[in-house]
Amino acid sequence: MSTFVYMTRCDGCGHCVDICPSDIMHIDENIRRAVNIEPNFCWECYSCVKACPNHAIDVRGYADFAPMGHSVRVRREEEKGTISWKIKFRNGTTKDFVSPITTKPWGEFIPKLADGDKPDQGEINSQMLYTEPNGLNIDGKLPSVPKDTFKKGVYY
Amino acid sequence: MLEINPFSILAETVSPLFIQFFILAMLSLIVIGIVVQMIHHKNVTYFFNNAKKAKLAAERELGVGEKTSVILKTVVHDIATTAELGAGKRRIAHVMGMYGTILFWVASIVLVFFYTGEGESVSTIWPIIWHVGAIMTCVGGYWFWLFLRVDVLAEAHPWYRIIKADLFVLALLACATTGLAWSYFQSSGLAGLGYLFLVLFITSNLVLFGGVYWSKFAHMIYKPGAAIQKNLAEADGSRDNLPPLADAPKQFGLGIKREQPKHY
Repeated sequence: MSTFVYMTRCDGCGHCVDICPSDIMHIDENIRRAVNIEPNFCWECYSCVKACPNHAIDVRGYADFAPMGHSVRVRREEEKGTISWKIKFRNGTTKDFVSPITTKPWGEFIPKLADGDKPDQGEINSQMLYTEPNGLNIDGKLPSVPKDTFKKGVYY
Repeated sequence: MLEINPFSILAETVSPLFIQFFILAMLSLIVIGIVVQMIHHKNVTYFFNNAKKAKLAAERELGVGEKTSVILKTVVHDIATTAELGAGKRRIAHVMGMYGTILFWVASIVLVFFYTGEGESVSTIWPIIWHVGAIMTCVGGYWFWLFLRVDVLAEAHPWYRIIKADLFVLALLACATTGLAWSYFQSSGLAGLGYLFLVLFITSNLVLFGGVYWSKFAHMIYKPGAAIQKNLAEADGSRDNLPPLADAPKQFGLGIKREQPKHY
């Protein structure tokens, strides 16, 4: 499935260009509206669909499991903290869902890596990743499950 | 300079009838360009097909009164204030350029048809409207083109990269800029520079109105049409298959829309 843009709704604001993690949403040179330049590389994350202030972006489903007539559309209302989905099936059945937005506020909680201590050679050579093991909250060692608690009859 | 009608000075050397003919020719070019574009791009066919689909998906039928009310609200709110651009610089620049252009063009027609030629009365207000319109067009247009264009803001292209989508805005800016320069040099008595900018003014008008088929000129018609269709679809429940507005209070601030899209 890949995204496409309704040209009559797009106003060329650039939010989809800004947010696309695959960098495939760009601005068309002839009409200055957003366009998915490489639909095969779209990983269907729906970021652009949710970010578009004009609901100008839609997702085209594969014909084998989402035949003509279906529709999956989303409306993101930031000030309400909700995200609503409307699924329309080919036979006309519709389903509406409303969920809370659970992502962190935009621009916050960005780790300040430059302010952290410079790692020494031992830390660089270690297999531990950044902030590990403290960042994992596991008291310095990986959790282990005692073998005597395993279900009987299962061999490891 | 602001109170001088540039067309009445021009009428001393060029027949006022020729100037009127030029304006009518430009209006004809607009009509021809838009009609050919409609036939070739099938924009109107798309609009009508979309309207048919919306009617099939409608949850309730709108009466004439309701439809009129939605259209009027769209004209007043969405079209007159370019509401779809949201709050911000783009909207201010667009509104400034839009009203500047309207004033510039309306004042051009009024000045040429009612205040240019022998025996015609002199107006002081219309030349001011013409100049102010051109200045507003320049301020809004250059602000948009140099700084706010999505190519520059979100795509990080340099401001001097010109693409086909710039044909309309650049031709319009050339019209307003060369028109102002022509008026200034002509009223200052600098005939040579006056004629130079007059030629440039005519050329940029020919590019602007002759290039309607290739440029974004017709967005002035399509965008209001799309806004009306969108609001009618919201009112009749079809909503282009979008889910209805969530039944929840506004309890958070803006997220992604709080910032301009320039994180390239």
